[in-house]
Amino acid sequence: MSGTGAFMGFVHRRRGGAELFLLVLALAVGVGAYIAVGLGRDGTVPANTVAYAAWLAGLVIAAHVAIRLSAPYADPVLLPVVSALNGLGLAMIHRIDLAQGSSLATSQLTWTTLGVALFIAVLVLLRDHRRLQAFTYTSGLAAVVLLLLPLVPGLGKNINGARIWIHLFGFSFQPGEVAKVLLVIAFAGYLVVHRDALALAGRRLLFIDFPRGRDLGPILGMWLISLGVLVFQNDLGTSLLYFGLFVVMLYVATERPGWLVVGGGLFAAGAVFGYLALGHVQTRVADWIDPFPHNGEGPSQLVSGLYGMGWGGLTGRGLGQGSPYLTPLSWSDFIFSSIGEELGLTGAMAVIILYGLIVERSLRTALVCRDGFGKLVAAGLGVVFALQVFVVIGGVTRLIPLTGLTTPFLSHGGSSLVANWAIIGLLLRISDHARRPPPELLPGDGDVDKTQVVSLR
Amino acid sequence: MSELTLMLIRFGYLAVLWIFVLSAISVIRSDMFGARVARQEADKRPKRGKAKATRPRRGDPTNVSILEGANRGEIISLEQAPLLIGRGTDAAIRLDDDYVSTRHARIARSDTQWYVEDLGSTNGTYVGTSRITQPTAISLGTQIRIGKTILELRK
Repeated sequence: MSGTGAFMGFVHRRRGGAELFLLVLALAVGVGAYIAVGLGRDGTVPANTVAYAAWLAGLVIAAHVAIRLSAPYADPVLLPVVSALNGLGLAMIHRIDLAQGSSLATSQLTWTTLGVALFIAVLVLLRDHRRLQAFTYTSGLAAVVLLLLPLVPGLGKNINGARIWIHLFGFSFQPGEVAKVLLVIAFAGYLVVHRDALALAGRRLLFIDFPRGRDLGPILGMWLISLGVLVFQNDLGTSLLYFGLFVVMLYVATERPGWLVVGGGLFAAGAVFGYLALGHVQTRVADWIDPFPHNGEGPSQLVSGLYGMGWGGLTGRGLGQGSPYLTPLSWSDFIFSSIGEELGLTGAMAVIILYGLIVERSLRTALVCRDGFGKLVAAGLGVVFALQVFVVIGGVTRLIPLTGLTTPFLSHGGSSLVANWAIIGLLLRISDHARRPPPELLPGDGDVDKTQVVSLR
Repeated sequence: MSELTLMLIRFGYLAVLWIFVLSAISVIRSDMFGARVARQEADKRPKRGKAKATRPRRGDPTNVSILEGANRGEIISLEQAPLLIGRGTDAAIRLDDDYVSTRHARIARSDTQWYVEDLGSTNGTYVGTSRITQPTAISLGTQIRIGKTILELRK
C-alpha cells in the first residue's frame, strides 16, 4: 500500500448515465425472470407483473437518485450488478414459492426494500467513510457482542444445528451478517494505524517477519474471540469467512506474503483440529467425499442439487420448468443449484461473473482510494464477497465440503440481504471519494502565505 | 404454450442476462481505458513513467528544510520520498521534539504534486494555521508545523 502514490493517470468522470443504462438492463433481468417464471409454469404473464415491476423500478430509481445526489463519482457498475442479482434471486424464490405454496418471496421483497432503504441511509448519512475510523474499537466490540447474542438463553435460537440466530419480536435475525461489516471496519481501523509497526518492527524467523506481540495482540484477541464463538455455535462457514478476511487484510495492510503462509498453516492446523474434534465437521467431510446415500434413503441434499444442475445442462430447463423445489433449502443455501437447473451452465456462469464484477470493483476502489483506511475497508469488503461466494458455490458444486453461508443477494434471508446492501452503500461511498478528481493546488506561487487546506470533498 | 415458444423464452432470457453482463463489462472497460483526461491537465502533468525518467523540472522542490525547532537548519533531500516524519527511529525526518509523535506525518508525491498527510498524531499537523485531517497539497514555501518544529519545501 503506497499511501498517496496510487493516483491514476486520468480523471474519473461522473458515470450517472452509464449507471442508468445498466440499471434499465438490470431491471430487465429481474422483471424478465419474473415473467419467464410465469410463462414457463402457467403459460401466462403473471397478473401482478406491472405492480411488481413498478415496485422494483421504484427501489432502483430511489437508489440511483441517492447516488446521483450524494455520491456522483461513485462506481457505475456496482448498483446495477447488485440489483440484477437481487431481482434474479427474487424471481427464483417466487418460482419455488409457486411450487411449495409458501410466501418466501413476499418477505424477501420486504427485506429488499429495507435493504435499499439502508443503502440510501448509508449514502446520505455517511458523508465521509473516514469518520468510521473513529469507531475502530467500538465496532470491534459491537461485532463481538453481536456474535455472542445467539448464545444468550431465551434470545438465541437453534436452526438447522447452528446457533446463529436471535429471535426478537417475531423476527429472526442473524447477527453474524452485521458483525462481518463491523469486523472489516475494526480490522481496517486498527491495521491502518499499526501497519508500519506490524510490517517493520519485530524479528525475522524462517523468512517471515513476525511482529511484536503488543502490535498484534488486540487484533489477534478480537479474532480469537469471534472464532471461538463461531466454533461454539457450530457455524463453520462463517468462521472460515472471518479467518480468511483476517489473513487477507493483514496481508494487504503489511504487504508481507509471509502472512499468507502463516495463515495457510494456521488454516490447515485448524481444519485438522476441527475434523478430529468436532463430529459436525466429520459429517460434512464424509458427505463431501461420498455424498450418495447407501442405506436406501432418498438422495441427500447435495446429491439432489447436483442432479438438478446436471439436468439443467448447458442452457437449463427454462425458468419455471425444472424442479428445483425437490432439493431441501432450494431457496436459500441451494439457490445456486436452483439457478443452475433452470438457467443451466450459461446462466450460472453469468451469475458467477456478476459476483466477480462486484469483487473486481471493490478491489479497484481499494487501488484508487487515497487514504489507507478506505483502501483497507474496500479491500476487506471485496474479500468478504469473494470468500463468501467461493464457500457457498464451492460447497453446492461439491468442490469443497458444504458449509452454510448465504449466497449474497440471491438466497432468501433478511439479515444477509440488508447487511449486503449496507456493504454496497459503504463501497459506493468509498468509491465516490476515491474517484473524485484530486484537489489541485493553484500553481501560482503568489499566495504562499495564505496556505489553503484543500478539501477533498 | 408450445415447446418452441418456451425454448425461445429460455434463450431470450439467457440472452438478456448475458447482454447485461457484457454491457457491465464494457462500462468497466470504458472506465478503465477511455476515461477522458481533462485537456489542460494532460498537458500540464506528464505521464508518471516519463516524469521519473526525466530530470526534475526547474521549480520543483528538492528538499525539506527545518526552519524552527530543535532540529533547525537541517535539510533533508526529497529523493527518498515518501518521507516519514516523527520521533521514532524509523522516521526519515527524525525530530527531537517532545510534541511530535513517534510516527507523526508523511510527505509524499503524486505526479508533480507534493502532499503532507497526518498519520494520526497526538498533537496534529498544521499547514498554515489549520490542522489537517486529510492529505493536503503543499508547494514551495508552504509552512508545515509539527509540534514546535516548522518545515517547508525548498528548491
